[in-house]
Amino acid sequence: MAARSHPGRALAAHAVLIVYTLIALFPVWIIVINSVKSRRAIFGAPLALPTPATWDPVGYTTVLENGDVIGYFLNSAIVTIVSLAMVLLFGAMAAFALSEYRFRGNTLMGLYLALGIMIPIRLGTVAILQMMVAAGLVNTLTALILVYTAQGLPLAVFILSEFMRNVSDDLKNAGRMDGLSEYAIFFRLVLPLVRPAMATVAVFTMIPIWNDLWFPLILAPSEETKTITLGSQVFIGQFVTNWNAVLAALALAILPVLVLYLIFSRQLIRGITAGAVK
Amino acid sequence: MGSLRLAGLTKSFGRTEIIKGIDLSVANGEFVVFVGPSGCGKSTLLRMIAGLEDVTTGSVTLDGQDITNVAPAKRGIAMVFQTYALYPHLTVRDNMGLALRQAGVSRAETGAAVDQASTLLDLNPYLDRRPAELSGGQRQRVAIGRAIVRTPKLFLFDEPLSNLDAALRVATRIEIARLHRELGATMIYVTHDQVEAMTLADRIVVMRAGVVEQVGPPMQLYNDPSNTFVAGFIGSPRMNFLKGRALGEQSSIMGVRPEHLSITFSGSAISGSVSHVEALGGETLVYVHTEPHGLLTVRLFGEHHFSVGQAVGLTPDPARVFRFDAEGRRLR
Repeated sequence: MAARSHPGRALAAHAVLIVYTLIALFPVWIIVINSVKSRRAIFGAPLALPTPATWDPVGYTTVLENGDVIGYFLNSAIVTIVSLAMVLLFGAMAAFALSEYRFRGNTLMGLYLALGIMIPIRLGTVAILQMMVAAGLVNTLTALILVYTAQGLPLAVFILSEFMRNVSDDLKNAGRMDGLSEYAIFFRLVLPLVRPAMATVAVFTMIPIWNDLWFPLILAPSEETKTITLGSQVFIGQFVTNWNAVLAALALAILPVLVLYLIFSRQLIRGITAGAVK
Repeated sequence: MGSLRLAGLTKSFGRTEIIKGIDLSVANGEFVVFVGPSGCGKSTLLRMIAGLEDVTTGSVTLDGQDITNVAPAKRGIAMVFQTYALYPHLTVRDNMGLALRQAGVSRAETGAAVDQASTLLDLNPYLDRRPAELSGGQRQRVAIGRAIVRTPKLFLFDEPLSNLDAALRVATRIEIARLHRELGATMIYVTHDQVEAMTLADRIVVMRAGVVEQVGPPMQLYNDPSNTFVAGFIGSPRMNFLKGRALGEQSSIMGVRPEHLSITFSGSAISGSVSHVEALGGETLVYVHTEPHGLLTVRLFGEHHFSVGQAVGLTPDPARVFRFDAEGRRLR
């Protein structure tokens, strides 16, 4: 592939991608290097690498001593992973039904489910809050999981139904001839074949959930249910901001999402399904 | 074991009728081929027999038992698909054994059935490979093996050779014919290729636009077609249709197969000029432009030399001329 493309064009493409990567990584880099520097060094030379003279892990010790950071992490992880699992499961099931079965109102249902892509869920914040109050779910992780599942489903249904339309009908029919149930066809034949699409959806769904500050602030601001993004805010004050602690908390918050991303991107690349049909 | 009856079978998608009333009986052990142009409903009909498509009206009966509303896996029918449709995550052995395992057959019995089928199809060296590691021909043999393992009452083949290259297609065709002889099972085979239909079938069902045009053994369709559609579809190169009135005939259409036209230089009924010659070694196809019949094909055996533009006369074999009315129905 590379041998055929024009070297100049490849060079230009790489230059553009490298510049973009540097721009995208720059804030992350600044957070990480400054998180281990002393307060004076952060303000004196924000772009400088930490030296033995400026090295100061006070941010991390503050974060780990003050507040229940481990708890915040767990909250974030529970909310993200459970929401993600529900989005993938229900999204894939809805997509399978829409792409596989002929029923009255199929197209209309598909459009209805995809509508959520165009309407930001935050417009409904007040109504959601009223609903959660009425249901007694305020200050629970369940509230967040429900909201995030709703938020992630439209895109998941939209992307996955496109991919599922491309799964060979013959393969599904072969499963039916061999006595597999519709559930077995869905879980054992179709899902493995749309795994790259599932990974894409997972990444697009996971990152906004992990990074969200809005809904944790409104629906679950209590100490026991704070997520890491909300928890980090305690170090940002109206008058004084503990930058060491903020940067350390943010640096720690990057790690889990990075791990999840690496897991999914491996799936993205893996092409074991090649040659399944034809 | 394995006699199929279709009675008044129809299929509609919304208001469009795809299958317009099919009545057909297939005897035990018979090899029946559904043939027709794409979109004629032959694959839909096959899927209706398999239970993969709902039947709008009519019934499907296998061995005297009404299976119209029976689930596909419970019908005792196996199917081989055009795209092989092997399970990508299973080995050849597991692909072939899945149906029996699903039906609750013991591991040992399944293993024995898989071994028997793989021996029959020379698949023993590949049993532990995954489909991605096999060539197209091997994958199609696995797909056939998967059907055999179940020892079904009825085999269905949905254009199984379409994805294979020409040489492999001939080899697999012979293989399927051999399997039919050895297993003695009832088989229904769908194809748009009339050569496959002629070479494999005990009986051919010619379909057009959801309707059966004619049913019969290959040679009967070749020698006694009931309309211009069947006459044109069966036989390669296709039959020439001449304007009967221009030849002083009562019938409006006269059909002559390319092998029953000869090139003559005196007393010819039709005259024209050579527009193209295809020399195949064993036979020579001469395309002759004539007025008012248009381009006619002549099939000559052996090598013959004609130059483009050469004036020639054509004479049909009077015993092998088919006469049709203006609607294309055969006049007998």
